[in-house]
Amino acid sequence: MTNQGIGQSVRRKEDFRFITGQGHYTDDINRPGQLYAYFHRSPHAFAKIKSINTDAARKMPGVVAVYTGKDVAVDKVGGLICGWTVKDKKGEPHKAPRHDIIAIDHVRHVGDQVAVVIARSLGEARDAAEAIEVDYDVLTPVVDVVTALQPGAPEVHADAPGNLCYDWDFGDKAATEAAFAKAAHVTKIDLVNNRLSPNPMEPRSAIGEYEPGTDQTTVYTTSQNPHVIRLILCAFVFGLPEHKVRVIAPDVGGGFGSKIFNYAEETVCVWAARKLKKPVKWTSDRTEAFLTDAHGRDHVTHAELAMDKDGKFLGFRVETKANMGAYLSTFASAVPTYLYALLLAGQYTTPAIYAEVKAVFTNTTPVDAYRGAGRPEATYVVERIVEAAARELKIDPAELRRRNFVPDDAFPYQTPVACVYDSGQYAKALDEALKMSDYAGFKQRKAEAAKKGKLRGIGLCAYIEACGIAPSAVVGSLGAGVGLWESAQIRFNATGSVFVHTGSHSHGQGHETTFAQIVSDRLGVPLESIEVVHGDTALVPMGMGTYGSRSLAVGGSAIMRAADKIIDKGKKIAAHLMEASVDDVAYDKGVFSVKGTDKQVPMAQIAFTAYVPHNYPADLEPGLEASAFYDPANFTFPAGVHVAEVEIDSDTGVTRVVNWVAVDDFGKVVNPMIVEGQVHGGIAQGVGQALLEGVVYDPKSGQLLTASFNDYCMPRADDLPSYKVGMIETPCPHNPLGVKGCGEAGAIAAPAALMNAITDALGTEKINMPATPQNVWRVIQSQNLAAAAE
Amino acid sequence: MYAFNYHRPKSLADAGKLLGDASDGKFIAGGQTLLPTLKNRFASPSDLVDLTGITELSGISVSGGTVSIGAITKHGVVATSADVKKAIPALAHLAGLIGDPAVRNMGTMGGSVANNDPAADYPSAVLGLNATVHTTKRKIAADSFFTGLFETALEESEIITKIEFPVPKRAGYEKFRNPASRYAMVGVFVAETADGVRVAVTGAGPCVFRHKEMEAALAKSFSPDALKGIKTDPGKMNNDIHGSGEYRAHLVGVVAKRAVQNALG
Ligand SMILES: Cc1cc2nc3c(=O)[nH]c(=O)nc-3n(C[C@H](O)[C@H](O)[C@H](O)COP(=O)(O)OP(=O)(O)OC[C@H]3O[C@@H](n4cnc5c(N)ncnc54)[C@H](O)[C@@H]3O)c2cc1C
Repeated sequence: MTNQGIGQSVRRKEDFRFITGQGHYTDDINRPGQLYAYFHRSPHAFAKIKSINTDAARKMPGVVAVYTGKDVAVDKVGGLICGWTVKDKKGEPHKAPRHDIIAIDHVRHVGDQVAVVIARSLGEARDAAEAIEVDYDVLTPVVDVVTALQPGAPEVHADAPGNLCYDWDFGDKAATEAAFAKAAHVTKIDLVNNRLSPNPMEPRSAIGEYEPGTDQTTVYTTSQNPHVIRLILCAFVFGLPEHKVRVIAPDVGGGFGSKIFNYAEETVCVWAARKLKKPVKWTSDRTEAFLTDAHGRDHVTHAELAMDKDGKFLGFRVETKANMGAYLSTFASAVPTYLYALLLAGQYTTPAIYAEVKAVFTNTTPVDAYRGAGRPEATYVVERIVEAAARELKIDPAELRRRNFVPDDAFPYQTPVACVYDSGQYAKALDEALKMSDYAGFKQRKAEAAKKGKLRGIGLCAYIEACGIAPSAVVGSLGAGVGLWESAQIRFNATGSVFVHTGSHSHGQGHETTFAQIVSDRLGVPLESIEVVHGDTALVPMGMGTYGSRSLAVGGSAIMRAADKIIDKGKKIAAHLMEASVDDVAYDKGVFSVKGTDKQVPMAQIAFTAYVPHNYPADLEPGLEASAFYDPANFTFPAGVHVAEVEIDSDTGVTRVVNWVAVDDFGKVVNPMIVEGQVHGGIAQGVGQALLEGVVYDPKSGQLLTASFNDYCMPRADDLPSYKVGMIETPCPHNPLGVKGCGEAGAIAAPAALMNAITDALGTEKINMPATPQNVWRVIQSQNLAAAAE
Repeated sequence: MYAFNYHRPKSLADAGKLLGDASDGKFIAGGQTLLPTLKNRFASPSDLVDLTGITELSGISVSGGTVSIGAITKHGVVATSADVKKAIPALAHLAGLIGDPAVRNMGTMGGSVANNDPAADYPSAVLGLNATVHTTKRKIAADSFFTGLFETALEESEIITKIEFPVPKRAGYEKFRNPASRYAMVGVFVAETADGVRVAVTGAGPCVFRHKEMEAALAKSFSPDALKGIKTDPGKMNNDIHGSGEYRAHLVGVVAKRAVQNALG
């Protein structure tokens, strides 16, 4: 059993069904009598709806119903909500204009839903949707934050003047200004954090179902957090009691954040199913996914770093404009604020920090959390400017970082932006990364590359993230509408096997293995005797779901709590069986024993006795199961150093990533293989952001120009190097597993590391992501021109 | 996709008749271009006439200094054919650069050439090697086959049967991929043929074209350096989010040099 517990690279239990094509996804589910929904979507970025004619569509074969926003309004359905209220500089709540599940008077981005056809087959629904005629008054759209904030810009919502969702700030402005006043050197940088499309392999899908006999509503949906969806649908959208609504998120093929949110389409399926008393299914196609899955990032930032003559950081100020898209998505407001500005200290002792963030509405797809959510944006700003500062001061970038690191003996460390870092060894990770990347040998590699006509560059990123989201009281005080604890339940069967019910959801992370390892390790049950159950509100206790690298730190901790309760009860049963006092019973890895004797009872016998309680303590309930909830005491703060090395072909502008080292500190590691896989995937997404990916809207028409993989460039295997992954373990001191979280680290660290390597190779900071061949070539051209002019 | 009638004839005669009888029929070969178009509902033919059951359209043969390739020959077959590799290695190399394995195992040479996508690879080989396109009606010289953006000399019911490539003295292909689609953003096929040096450029402009200035320079000296300083007009290039006219024009020069290098081995 020792090779299945914590710390072991156990193969993923769930992979057999996934690899053999036996996963069970929402679109695989078909309910008796099921109808199909197809949405008629806006072809315009911004328009007033003058009229909608559905007469022809209604008469088409197979059509059961055609609905517009007005039909929804008659039923008094609530709009989609934002679950986190950010208060602006003046203490006023953010602007959250109404977001109808089907547009009523205006469409505000290409793909906005204008009507829905419900038909007996998908083909018939689609045919009829094409027969809907909409008369629009086309308006001038605005797609980027800079234009949207200009006086006289078109206003996306009448109730958000100047397109401003909020103007927010954080940190100590006066202290920061004072720091700049005494600075020996100030480094300034302007950055764009490019907008990304999440592109999970499985597109979104939903089935709404209603049984009049029991008044029961069932929703099958591609969600990372089924209970949160149930809460929103019940309490905010429909006003239904939670015990009459069941939300099932079966196998989910990736989310990266985009499946946290409550979307219009699943909501329409539920509404229509209740109206028609028939199951209604919708599955997104890839174009719809590009148009309607919440996007990520999209910041424009100016930052300044004040230093003394030795490069010691004195103050840091950041001004960011964040694109919210056309509507405020479920957690959108928190991303460029609390998940962003609170991380601006990075791994450094910068004493004064001040951030201002303007969130802006535009005629684009809503933007919300995407792998890392705010923390990649913060890391990108911090690590680009630190690298730039090192170059300006002619201090080695590794050395400049080292001079400013939070030292090992300073933990817990209070930053000037509210966080208390739990634990870390920042210099050790840096040393390890420099060694693994042969940082010292770079000069020679650069010279060799130059002989082949290649520009070689190296870049570092020392990132920090706040994971294990999050202490409920803290997030509540910052505007969150929910608590962010997690639940667990351990249920033994009489014959010794175990169900583990978790409120965390697994959609690629490997929880069915990792969580089973914890239970196996703690309760001495073989891995194959453990079934992890998740994703169904009827089967698992209320839980908050999976995002923000929280599952193991929060959900895993809840499992540990439940396991402790099992052990406590087990001790009582064991004491009875071994005729000893409970205080004399010891427990270790599935075996109860009487201290100082050779008497022992294994867990399986305890479970059997609990369910066949013939010889049993008189005052004890039968059965062996335990529930636990865990509300974390603090965030966890994974950190690490990534080193990227690139070679650029100056004739074409093509960048090749030739070397990648990641040294991460995730605290204790339960399954190193799964963790390494998460790191690999995260880096791939980060490299995607830095080199390849980018959502592009036509600035005039607001059309999405990257609405397919022909134009939206996803990373492929041959775009990526072979990674060298190292790990440091500084346990998290405040959760029972000592874990910190690993799901987002790669995506957080990679963009800055890679762009620092590219800017090193090019000798200029003036390049934005994605560093496509054309963008890199343009920089080289302008440098050639500049050199020629000299 | 809209509904359509599907036919799989065994002979060219039947194929021609089926298309003639259809109200709005279309030939389909590998379907790698046509099927995505149908799935997106960008086209709604009444009938699809599948050419892949017609055996006389398949096969590769080499004789008398000519490589003849049947229209329904898949890219993957061309890429791995020992005969093609021996006679015109650049052509096999090019075929191996098209799409991914799934595309190469379905897509056909006839389909690619008939479609004349401005970013497709094969048109540059057909033009660069001065090939002859054989159809059910006639033989068409490469120079008069590709007439514009997605346009060719083919008539409504005309079927490409095979393409004959004269074996060159030497040839080379270099492809600069569009990072997203991996079609050619710029592809250059250079060949020293019996009728002189030919340079065909795909991806860069609205239709594959010959770069006469480069041909003249290479005729004097078949070396990458001979192309130094030769400019391409950015105004005649495609311009999209992946590459401006300037960038593409620049790439034509870089890619052409590399193609010559490839030809030299
Ligand atoms: C993911 C992906 C990546 C791709 N990447 C590339 C790439 O890198 N480079 C590249 O060059 N191509 C690429 N392609 C296109 C691919 O090469 C197609 O196979 C080719 O364009 C069309 O060939 P087909 O046999 O599939 O034709 P189909 O799609 O069946 O037909 C295309 C057109 O040709 C007509 N047609 C077919 N055969 C004949 C014939 N014998 N006579 C007359 N008309 C005919 C059809 O009526 C239709 O109009 C890619 C395709 C996909 C899906």
